[in-house]
Amino acid sequence: MRILLVLQGDWIAPRFDLATEVLLAIIHKGKVEGKPREILLSRLSGEELCGLIVKKDVTHVICGGIEEGHYQYLTWKGVDVIDQVIGKARYALRLAKTGQLVCGTVIGKG
Amino acid sequence: MKRSTLKRADVLPFINCIPHGIALIDVAGNLLCMNDYLEVISGYKNQDVVGISARFVLRSSLPKKNNPIDKVALTREPAIVETDIISATRKKMPVRITVTPFAGGDTQSCVLCFIEDISFLKKLDEHYGGEIRSFGIRGHSKAIQDLLDFLPVLSRTDATLLITGETGTGKDLLAQAIHDGSDRAAYSFIKVNCGALPGALLESELFGHVRGAFTGAHTDKPGMFRLAQGGTLFLTEIGDLPLPLQVKLLTVLDDKEFFPLGSSKKVQVDVRVIAGTHWNLDNLIKEEKFREDLYFRLNVLRAHVPPLRDRQGDVKLLADYFLQKFAVELKKVIQGFTAPALSLLMDYSYPGNVRELSNIIECAANMCPEKKITPEYLSDNIRFPSLSSPSEKGTKVEKTDGEQILRRLSEDRNTIFADNWKGTEKNMIMETLLFCKGKKGAAAKELGWGRSTLWRKMKQHGIS
Repeated sequence: MRILLVLQGDWIAPRFDLATEVLLAIIHKGKVEGKPREILLSRLSGEELCGLIVKKDVTHVICGGIEEGHYQYLTWKGVDVIDQVIGKARYALRLAKTGQLVCGTVIGKG
Repeated sequence: MKRSTLKRADVLPFINCIPHGIALIDVAGNLLCMNDYLEVISGYKNQDVVGISARFVLRSSLPKKNNPIDKVALTREPAIVETDIISATRKKMPVRITVTPFAGGDTQSCVLCFIEDISFLKKLDEHYGGEIRSFGIRGHSKAIQDLLDFLPVLSRTDATLLITGETGTGKDLLAQAIHDGSDRAAYSFIKVNCGALPGALLESELFGHVRGAFTGAHTDKPGMFRLAQGGTLFLTEIGDLPLPLQVKLLTVLDDKEFFPLGSSKKVQVDVRVIAGTHWNLDNLIKEEKFREDLYFRLNVLRAHVPPLRDRQGDVKLLADYFLQKFAVELKKVIQGFTAPALSLLMDYSYPGNVRELSNIIECAANMCPEKKITPEYLSDNIRFPSLSSPSEKGTKVEKTDGEQILRRLSEDRNTIFADNWKGTEKNMIMETLLFCKGKKGAAAKELGWGRSTLWRKMKQHGIS
């Protein structure tokens, strides 16, 4: 399972199309394989981010708000999109590993 | 926490009645509460997101740094921003957020965000922006709004149109707007000034010629009618079109075909003709300077562009628009007009209409080193309208008694302006005659002319 978390600092970014960085983690048998990789994006673009997700063979995307067009594209490409998530990325990843993260989850308060 | 819960309980019943998104945010940017409408839009429940940074809940495109909501919390100055948010249904919604400081209790202050869905307004904006506003016709007055309401009707048809209006009112702009809003917009819009060229040249310009048609015709020329094929041909100053050409134009309008100069091959054209004039064509017909049949052929549809003095309230709008435009062009920071300057601008009659206003503002924007335009940077036409208005000057000078003129002239000789040499000469003669107390011999000597020259020129100018 390859999970991509759309970031704003330590938190899940509120907007997929306005994200500047992402975290890519590979989960195998419920554990993170190696060190999750942070990727800085060259510019703000939902389309480019979709391209990157497909290119990296990501299976799950965790983000805040995402436009219908991007959502449909990713699901059509077989990517499982868990959107409207609020919370710190590391907690979101922890829940995702165990399959507990669903759309609209609010993880912590800050 | 107890105090803040109490506050929410007090506020929620009230804000839930409002059919727009409302959020109360504390000075740190965290959500205190939101109404039912915003719960539906965001997809979150109040109890789940209270205390969380509002940007995660609202999901707007406002930047994290220099966020207007944070600014209002600090400055306590209200602000309005237009942005977009991603809704729970993954729809990107254009919204207008009005942020105001809110005294939410005796210990804690916060800001209130009023979130309006402006999708409908944006759609209207795109619709009308594409059809009318982007064409550069600006104005809120009834006179101009009536014209704009009529614009789609004028654009939809291929009928010949006659645009009338004083000089500088924007007849060309209207013609361009009608073309841009029509099905012919993908083709050319060609403007020909009928008063700019002598008859023979104009015929060649309009209808084209073949090589060898006349001396100097070294190559074929297609002519404006053929260049405007499929599009619109705007014949401005149609009142100045020579009579022989009026006949040919009438034939083309009827038959949609013509022979280029020197050619025996008929050319068929599909062109919409729009004519414009500042003349009263009825008068020209009476003077036999314009053919009545052409007038009837052109006057299928008619649009009159109102003069600026009849456009109540548009002067300020246009002055602000031109100032902003020229300030950007000149890379200057000019914020507006001082109250006296604005008052002068509003009171002037603008015989040259929008063009004159544009020129006045351009001049002021160039000359003014201040942040606001003051009266001294406005042209003399505005500051001394009774002396310098070209349309009024002739009659006013004749009606006023000699002593007044002499006093006015002696006050500032440089304030007398004329639109041409004829007017300047007339002023000069009158001024000298008044100075010499009507003695023609002394006036002629003062002017450096002979008595007979002065007499002849006085007769020319109608000075008795």
